[in-house]
Amino acid sequence: MSIYEIGKKIATREAYGNALAEFGGDERIVVLDADLSKSTKTANFIKKYPERFFNCGIAEGNMISVAAGLAATGKIPFASSFAMFAAGRAFEPIRNSIGYPHLNVKIGATHAGITVGEDGATHQCNEDLALMRVIPGMVVINPADATEARAAVKAAIDYKGPVYLRFGRLGVPVIYDTDTYKFEIGKGNMISDGNDVTLVGTGIMVAQVIEAAKILKAEGINARVINIATIKPIDKDILVKAAKETGAIVTAEEHNVIGGLGSAVCEALAEEKPVPVLKVGVNDTFGKSGKAEDLLEVYGLTAKDIAEKAKKAIAMKNC
Amino acid sequence: MQQARIKELQKIANNIRMGALEGIYTANSGHPGGSLSIADIMSYLFFEKMNIDPKNPAWEDRDRFVLSKGHTAPALYSTLAHRGYFSTELLKTFRNKESILQGHPDMKGVPGVDMSTGSLGLGISTACGMALSGKISGKNYKVYSIMGDGEQEEGQVWEAAMFAAHYKLNNLVAFVDFNGLQIDGDITKVMNPTPLDEKYKAFGWNVIVINGHDFNEIENAVNASDSSDKPTVIISKCIKGKGVSFMENDAGWHGSAPNKEQYEQAIAELTAANENL
Repeated sequence: MSIYEIGKKIATREAYGNALAEFGGDERIVVLDADLSKSTKTANFIKKYPERFFNCGIAEGNMISVAAGLAATGKIPFASSFAMFAAGRAFEPIRNSIGYPHLNVKIGATHAGITVGEDGATHQCNEDLALMRVIPGMVVINPADATEARAAVKAAIDYKGPVYLRFGRLGVPVIYDTDTYKFEIGKGNMISDGNDVTLVGTGIMVAQVIEAAKILKAEGINARVINIATIKPIDKDILVKAAKETGAIVTAEEHNVIGGLGSAVCEALAEEKPVPVLKVGVNDTFGKSGKAEDLLEVYGLTAKDIAEKAKKAIAMKNC
Repeated sequence: MQQARIKELQKIANNIRMGALEGIYTANSGHPGGSLSIADIMSYLFFEKMNIDPKNPAWEDRDRFVLSKGHTAPALYSTLAHRGYFSTELLKTFRNKESILQGHPDMKGVPGVDMSTGSLGLGISTACGMALSGKISGKNYKVYSIMGDGEQEEGQVWEAAMFAAHYKLNNLVAFVDFNGLQIDGDITKVMNPTPLDEKYKAFGWNVIVINGHDFNEIENAVNASDSSDKPTVIISKCIKGKGVSFMENDAGWHGSAPNKEQYEQAIAELTAANENL
């Protein structure tokens, strides 16, 4: 079992590879990659189960449809590449070969968002949550830390149907205790309670949201912190409850502000409990090269940015 | 193959053609040209070669079939109905909002359909996945697929071609319905995918070129694939619209339905062909 020390920085892609190796004893599991096994960390699976790993070369569309054929004959394939080339390049094969027949394929997409860093805009996928969310029946999971990434892989294996798993390249602090954390597809997780405003984070932004709550606390504002790892199906109950009890929401995602977590939260609340929702994310622009941590500042994805938006959201409650 | 058996398979092929046309005519929509061209191959695969059980469509060890050129679903539905997967009465419901018979094959709804297809280039990749799965599990089933010749213009076909050769998927047999026509006309004028034999050879496949309406040639090619250590492609020279005089070799019949008069003439021609066998 992989044990992750709380507070230690580790990339969720690393936990993905570790989890494939940890749970890969199930003979139905087959892992595919598109020439990026050392980066996606499927290499961790290869070390243990080389006979059930198949490199597909730089041909993501074929890899996705091959996975569909494997699933149609009883396997549980994990198909991996960078988010850009999995969700982006192979969108239509995912939609038609996997989504339409609702096949039991898991897509492990790493290097999501701008924290890919130095490689720049062509490799920084800020659109994958939007693309995967619109496919009927697709489960979309964006884990916050290594512990949750591990648990999400296990949950994806146990769930029968297509799952898109989003992982990052940048090391992020471990939030959850590996021994006690219970992950459930479709359930949000309240990390801390508060009644002035709710901060909803997903993926690597959960760590930033937790820091933002600390900044607000110092200013006398009690923020509720919620982690939404499952973007679809989204946990409407936890969001509606937060809207009712805190009256204002800020979402934070390493993704375009169009189509991802922020949009999903607005959709969930608009029909039941509309409250101000302010979005922190990549503001409908392409990324650029730079160090991952620097880019978070450049694109306004820090705890400070979230705290400022929270104050604006609180002010809007009384408008 | 015995002459009597050839005649039986030819008759079945013409029945497949008539069932396909019945669906397209009733729906007033669908793809007759490429449905008629593959009927002889479908007849051979489903009535002579494939190890399948219509009473148990989910049987794990069955041979698989992927219609990569999914728009010719009428030929697949008609074949499955005549083979006993469901009633031939259902063919009339093709493309109807109440029907399981979608415009393109849906594996979730139709018994005997092993993969949902329709978007060209994806089916052959899924067939590779099924063949690989059989290898991993040590199963002896074979995977058959039919692609279009226009479909060869899709890049993913060649990704699949590399993959199948790389993993020595000799349990995969792919047909190309080489009828020379796609929606916009002559394939060599729209975007020339030829020479297909040399391309597949260079990609590492066992390549066999046949007349796709000759049952002896179909059988010899498929049987030759059984002893190949490579994936096999059977480039099948076919006549688009085969069996209906006014549809043959006319790209206009790629995706349009016959009117009443045309439908009746088509059925009359195919019925007469069967009577003359």
